[in-house]
Amino acid sequence: MTSLTNTASPAPTFAPAVSPGEVADFFALLKPRVMALVIFTALVGMTVSHSHVNPVIATVSLLMIAVGAGASGCLNMWWDADVDAVMTRTRTRPIPAGRIQPGEALAFGLTLSVFSVLVLGLAANWLAAGLLAFTIVFYAVIYSMWLKRATAQNIVIGGAAGALPPMIGQAVVTGSVGIEGTILFLIIFIWTPPHFWALALVKAGEYARAGIPMMPNVAGPDSTRRQIVAYTALLAPLGLAPVVLGFGGMIYGGVALVGGLAMLALSVEVYRRRDGETANKAAMSLFAFSILYLFLLFSALLAEQGLGLFRPVLG
Amino acid sequence: MTLPTQLTPEEARRRRKRSVAIALVLAALVLIFYVLTIAKLGPQVLNRPL
Repeated sequence: MTSLTNTASPAPTFAPAVSPGEVADFFALLKPRVMALVIFTALVGMTVSHSHVNPVIATVSLLMIAVGAGASGCLNMWWDADVDAVMTRTRTRPIPAGRIQPGEALAFGLTLSVFSVLVLGLAANWLAAGLLAFTIVFYAVIYSMWLKRATAQNIVIGGAAGALPPMIGQAVVTGSVGIEGTILFLIIFIWTPPHFWALALVKAGEYARAGIPMMPNVAGPDSTRRQIVAYTALLAPLGLAPVVLGFGGMIYGGVALVGGLAMLALSVEVYRRRDGETANKAAMSLFAFSILYLFLLFSALLAEQGLGLFRPVLG
Repeated sequence: MTLPTQLTPEEARRRRKRSVAIALVLAALVLIFYVLTIAKLGPQVLNRPL
């Protein structure tokens, strides 16, 4: 037993303070808006697959896909806390604001990652679980820890993580990945660069301060604008691929055509308006509309397949 | 030697809310695993000799 009068004993240390985090702070670590988007796109991946799955299994699978996506967002916030602290958009997140300790976020993210993959494997199948595990590792390790601070192609390659949920959804229902899931993956993948670069054009100063090599900081705003137009020119016809392949009907075709043309027009506006407030306005218009465009594309597929509104365009 | 931490009322409130949230999540998990098990086994699980 250690004597209380032993002068050689270490000085008393206070126990670590309890976590100051609210429940809402832990929930915020999961990036709820991204989770909602993931649930939505994975659900569309399920509905376009023309295969039956038990509703309970589908619901639990969607929940696990959302939790896995949230876990990867949590690990991203843990790794990027230093960057988040210097950007106005992210400085109030729980870790840079000091409401949650980095170690807590790491443990939370790792626990949810392992848990979501295992439960998805048990509930649905191990292909879906493997794709979810790949998504988490790709976003948290390949994108967050490596690409984001290393190359201006960070969000191009990293966009694969955000594009995978429809494939996971299809894998849950069919046990495999078909052309429908692959096309939906490609649409989100090609949509990501013009979406993020439109924002990066406006926030270039903040990204430069944070040391993130976004395209406008590396290749310059003009090159970024050209690439935005190029990716959008790829995206607009790609958006019509579901019609050609037969799983997008008349409603979807109309939305994809009008939306694709609007995306093109807005991207050309971004290319033309290069100075001052009008340039920022054009970029933010493209950024905002790109979210609506993707939402409408997937909503149209969901309405056609889920509500029986599908009318084929070809034949 | 580690001295016990004296919680402020605010810290105690937050810890209590986190504990309640964990309890609710655990209860939801019990329900999810039960329903999932029944769904995986199918309706035949109820059809057994008494």
